[in-house]
Amino acid sequence: MIKQMITASLLLTLYSVIGTGLVAYTSAATTEQIKANEKGVLVNSIGEVLPADSYDNDITTDKISISDPAKLGTPNPVTVYRARKGDTPVAAVITTEAPEGYGGAIKLLIGINSDGTLAGVRTISHAETPGLGDKIETSKDDWILGFTGKSLGEPNLEGWNVKKDGGIFDQFSGATITPRAVVKSIRTTLVYFKDNSDSIFSKPSDKI
Amino acid sequence: MAKVSLSEISINGLWKNNPVLVQILGLCPALAVTASVVNALGLSMATTATLVLSNLIISLIRNFVKSEIRIPVYIIVIASVVTAIELSVKAYAYDLYLVLGIFLPLIVTNCVILGRAEAFASKNGPVAAIVDGLMCGIGFTIVLCALGALRELIGNGTLFDGMHLMFGEAARGLKIVVISDYKGFLLAILPPGAFIGLGLLLAGKNIIDHRSSAK
Repeated sequence: MIKQMITASLLLTLYSVIGTGLVAYTSAATTEQIKANEKGVLVNSIGEVLPADSYDNDITTDKISISDPAKLGTPNPVTVYRARKGDTPVAAVITTEAPEGYGGAIKLLIGINSDGTLAGVRTISHAETPGLGDKIETSKDDWILGFTGKSLGEPNLEGWNVKKDGGIFDQFSGATITPRAVVKSIRTTLVYFKDNSDSIFSKPSDKI
Repeated sequence: MAKVSLSEISINGLWKNNPVLVQILGLCPALAVTASVVNALGLSMATTATLVLSNLIISLIRNFVKSEIRIPVYIIVIASVVTAIELSVKAYAYDLYLVLGIFLPLIVTNCVILGRAEAFASKNGPVAAIVDGLMCGIGFTIVLCALGALRELIGNGTLFDGMHLMFGEAARGLKIVVISDYKGFLLAILPPGAFIGLGLLLAGKNIIDHRSSAK
């Protein structure tokens, strides 16, 4: 009986070792490629909100992480990628989230020029209702492109709402919660950027 | 166990014992990813690859596994194979990985795979096991793609939208707009549509079987 148990456990150990070996081998063989893919996607999405020729630093490594739930409107830390030309700050690309989406948090990528105007906004991921709230994707609707060039002065702070709440931004027919959450998150991010733009650009970048 | 011919294995996997339509196995992924053809195809191809590889490995080691520990050993084999496939998809088809997301690792828990390991691969030679895995995989693929096509057509009015995620930019042209200026039918895309669609497919198979046995 004891002998049987020992052989069984030895066999099981052997198979675990072989299985782990297979996974370790594949992992080692694919790590580089996966990293390159992830970086490629990041560079692409940053390129969507900020023209690649407007800065000359390595934006994917010049980044800081900020955690400030009260002022950023999201419980999770946000990542700020900083674009510079020479030593002059050009823009910040901020990955934040709008926690009040209809289907949970909506992840946004917000590019803000150093003068406080929006370089562009894109939705990274969301779980909004297909056909109603998913108009925040560029593949479905141009709505989110309408933020480009806007800033805290244009429109004024009251204007930073959907039309239903007295602002200037369209809601979608049948879906107000989604655009409301997005507009609010962009407004919050703009205010945070205005109040902290010096420290955002002067902090040393995080270690990778 | 009696020797089964390869053609019999094939018919079993594809139709008579179809994993989804007859054994009703693997419903979690089958219902979750079938909102469009491309998602269904991506996941079922990954599942098929897992089935073939795990069936082959389990068939090869079937004489070196004590029966008391066979289930944990199968799980180790399946989990390793799935993780290796997931990493490969992440490395060589990253766009597809972004679409399939968490459903790739979930293949481990797809009962079709453990079911075939226990019911077939552990009792048969490697060639028969590969054929069984492949045919069950294709059977799975056909049903998922049918369900995906049904839901995409009714829900969005298109077919094969987003094929470039799997086959590169050249495949973008594969998209067929069946009903132009279609407003979409939300129910088909949402989870209830998956259940209703699967119900229709099950009924369809039963009608066909009934007719052919009545003859």
